[in-house]
Amino acid sequence: MSIKGKAYIAGIYEHPTRLAKDISLAQIHAQCAKGALEDAGLTKDDVDGYFCAGDAPGLGPMSMVEYMGLKPRHVDSTDTGGSSYVLHVGHAAEAIAAGKCKVALITLAGRPRAEGMATGTVPRSRGGTPTPDEPFEFPYGPTVVNMYAMCAMRHMHEFGTTSEQLAWIKVAASHHAQYNPHALLRDVVTVEEVVNSPMISDPLHRLDCCVITDGGGAIVVVAPEIAAKLKRPKVKLIGAGEFVKTQMGGKVDLTYSGARFSGAAAFAEAGVKPADIKYASIYDSFTITVLMQLEDLGFCEKGKGGAFVSDGNLIAGQGKLPFNTDGGGLCSNHPGNRGGLTKVLEAVRQLRGEAHPAVQVTNCNLAVAHGTGGSLGLRHGSATVILERE
Amino acid sequence: MAEAKERKLPAPAVSQETEAYWAAAAEGKLLVRKCTGCGQAHHYPRTICPFCFSDKTEWIEASGKGTLYSYSVMRRAPVPYAMAYVTLAEGPRMVTNIVDCDFDRLKCEQPVKLVFKPTDGGPPLPMFTPA
Repeated sequence: MSIKGKAYIAGIYEHPTRLAKDISLAQIHAQCAKGALEDAGLTKDDVDGYFCAGDAPGLGPMSMVEYMGLKPRHVDSTDTGGSSYVLHVGHAAEAIAAGKCKVALITLAGRPRAEGMATGTVPRSRGGTPTPDEPFEFPYGPTVVNMYAMCAMRHMHEFGTTSEQLAWIKVAASHHAQYNPHALLRDVVTVEEVVNSPMISDPLHRLDCCVITDGGGAIVVVAPEIAAKLKRPKVKLIGAGEFVKTQMGGKVDLTYSGARFSGAAAFAEAGVKPADIKYASIYDSFTITVLMQLEDLGFCEKGKGGAFVSDGNLIAGQGKLPFNTDGGGLCSNHPGNRGGLTKVLEAVRQLRGEAHPAVQVTNCNLAVAHGTGGSLGLRHGSATVILERE
Repeated sequence: MAEAKERKLPAPAVSQETEAYWAAAAEGKLLVRKCTGCGQAHHYPRTICPFCFSDKTEWIEASGKGTLYSYSVMRRAPVPYAMAYVTLAEGPRMVTNIVDCDFDRLKCEQPVKLVFKPTDGGPPLPMFTPA
């Protein structure tokens, strides 16, 4: 069974906050749910499927189902870190195609800024019973940033990728963020400013890293017969793929990500090629994340990502592949350190023609949204969806 | 020399499955788990081979020789340190640190050799230094 054409994204909402000192985690989830349902023209009582990940308070979906007063007949709290919500779109379509629900709600929220969390630079133990990998990793000091940095270091070694090439990714994101009034960082930056920003973990500089923000978002995925009755532009899901990439028992290869497999599955299901894509939402925890995923999704040859992203090729109106036109995680928002949901949101805005006019892609009829969750250098969950305007 | 001060290393959590690995580390030996079914060594050690799922696995002592697959010097830490993946002569690549050297001169693929560093109340950690 394919999910191609079996589900539509009918409602989206992105919380405008980037610092949520005065609202609770549950409140943000619910405000986003309300916003996305209103966007779709649906009500809470229409929801019969609920999807969330580890950012939701409580055990799996249960606390949020209670808080929001939902009565789902289908739930899914699969957690693959920041990519969870991209994966949830695919799972929601599967559930809809199987008749398990008709209106699926996906929510995300997080408050790392309000909580003063050291997100990227401090090694973290999950506590409780250690995972089998933890004793062989945690004592050495793996952080979010240094494990992504090792991927960048190896990429540079094998393919000659440069810091200046990586910097172009931030430059492109900043060009887009200037038009987003909610973006945390709205100043356009140059390649020089990126490579001269302080080194955090070689070879990644401060401006190679995404922002740390509070906030959240929600997506409503519906069955075709529901979408047909709604007034919003129709955004159809035509392909989805997922993959978990690991250290493979010690056969570690840092030069590629799980996007190689999740992307291939999604493109095959959709029956389209990377060259057909008009707009790409690409997970951007760091500049290197974007570069590797673009290669792995097939937008360019492996190892040629550095040349591909250079000279403004990702900037809307200038380059061949406009990406993250909301400013992405690099400049706008990375709510709860989980950036997959916002990737889907901007892809939907582009397909609806509702992106900011300065960054709206002309005749945007086909888009990809891709997420990487966990750690690119340790183990991560990849999820890809391909969306089409109908 | 970028590494001046000493880092305090947390003790690894020892489980029934990996007791022998950490006991050997206390004696200055690095063990690798090898499958007698498919003949391949893996890391981190497991009793069931992650390649062929055979339960016929055994400990072998690593030579302590390897090459630096990748690294990153974590500058934003109280004491900067070099996170690394080292390719062991026995095959597997392992998460580790590179120590006792000038971090600014590290290069991918350079030869490295095994050393051990004490942890806070636990067995020592296998690490590497330029050979």
